Amino acid sequence: MSDHTVSAFDAELKEIGRKVVEMGGQSERMVADAVNALIRRDTAAAQRVILLDASVDLLQREIEEKAIICIAKRQPVASDLRDVVASIRIASDLERIGDLAKNVGKRVLAIEGEYHPQKLVRGVEHMSDLVLEQLKEVLDAYASRDQAKAVDVWVRDSGIDTMYTSLFRELLTYMMEDPRNISVCTHLLFCAKNIERIGDHATNIAETIYYMVSGQMLSEERPKADVSSETTVAFPGHSLQG
Amino acid sequence: MNSAVDPTFNISSSVSAKPDALQAPTKIKVEKLDFYYGQNHALKNINFEIPEKRVTAMIGPSGCGKSTLLRVFNRMYDLYPGQRAEGGVMFDGVNIVGKELDPTVVRTRIGMVFQKPTPFPMSIYDNIAFGVRLHENLNKAKMDERVESCLRKAAIWEETKDRLHTSALGMSGGQQQRLCIARTIAVQPEVILLDEPTSALDPISTSKIEDLIDELKQDFTIVIVTHNMQQAARCADITAFFYLGELVEVAPSDVIFTNPKQIKTRDYITGRFG
Repeated sequence: MSDHTVSAFDAELKEIGRKVVEMGGQSERMVADAVNALIRRDTAAAQRVILLDASVDLLQREIEEKAIICIAKRQPVASDLRDVVASIRIASDLERIGDLAKNVGKRVLAIEGEYHPQKLVRGVEHMSDLVLEQLKEVLDAYASRDQAKAVDVWVRDSGIDTMYTSLFRELLTYMMEDPRNISVCTHLLFCAKNIERIGDHATNIAETIYYMVSGQMLSEERPKADVSSETTVAFPGHSLQG
Repeated sequence: MNSAVDPTFNISSSVSAKPDALQAPTKIKVEKLDFYYGQNHALKNINFEIPEKRVTAMIGPSGCGKSTLLRVFNRMYDLYPGQRAEGGVMFDGVNIVGKELDPTVVRTRIGMVFQKPTPFPMSIYDNIAFGVRLHENLNKAKMDERVESCLRKAAIWEETKDRLHTSALGMSGGQQQRLCIARTIAVQPEVILLDEPTSALDPISTSKIEDLIDELKQDFTIVIVTHNMQQAARCADITAFFYLGELVEVAPSDVIFTNPKQIKTRDYITGRFG
């Protein structure tokens, strides 16, 4: 795209975009570190994730401030307006992603020292890999303004939903097998939910990128596969509502 | 910019319903219009429709032909030798640019307001009454009524009712411009052409004129030429972008200012050239 007649406007838009990319990198690292801390039961790493959230929050405020100043000074229209609006929306999704990663970190501290067989976290680990891949792809799509890639991310989220539903079932089963698992599995369920939500924010970002590049909205009817709210696991003689 | 996406995805357009701006009947239809200033081909094969009782804005860099087109609409070019129009500007089924039509008749039905306020050097009252007297024979009471209703419609009655018989030249620029709008609507036209009506005015007067434009579209079809793109975005239902004598894109303003289809339109409205 050619440059604006007012070069300061270009500089401002570039700076906002650069901040969003930086914030994306930070949130991505927070998610990866939080999941690693959970798998390795590394409380020191979990502490670092919790501390990192403040800098992601700070970046969000900076992006919002710069975007608002840009709107006030330049009255952007068309693709410029969509860029600025997208930066505000993506920054708020990334901020939520940071919060969710922080929550996972807090739960790592909460389950420290509990009875904790390693097999319990396998499912969470596997789902996290998918979510991290989604997050990486969507941030790449933003940096390269690639709407096709954004659509790929958008449709793939149903895979995470499916995995979350089966993970839900799996953790319920562990709890029924051995009541000593209940405490850890409950925390893991919340971690899984947080990670699944991170995937949802990645698809929000994908929708925003699609709008930013094409000027059109993706429809609301994204394929959804999270049926955990309807999932039950049979207990000998009873049934358990999830 | 738009890379291919699997068409099986249900992608809704950014414009959900059919825009209101497009539901009005056509008031002026421009067909294959060419315009020449001597050898200079200023408008090239223009085709577009101006909807009735809507505000249509024409934008574009200097020399793109937008003011020229506005001048064609009320045969202003007739006043200058060497200027000619070819093609059709159909106004209620009559070709405005046809030789057989009397331009003064066109101008009573299609009024025009210019960039700089041009009040006549006479009283406020006579500024309004002057044009009316040319076309109609009203008694004093009827004329008073007409003057008042025009000044009210132009949102300037409260400021002028106690000084109707003082010179119009003593008014502020913004008041003068609203007086010119009142003068234009006094002869009861159907279309009002506004050529940069606020470029010589302060922001408050500009807001008043824009507010007035919004009021006037209840009764009139309005075409406005403006260099102020925010003004087009605020006031106009439809925006047409001209470049080098060609009509590049015309669409509802909501679309033009969020998601223009043509790269040239985008580059112009986002301030990348012009």
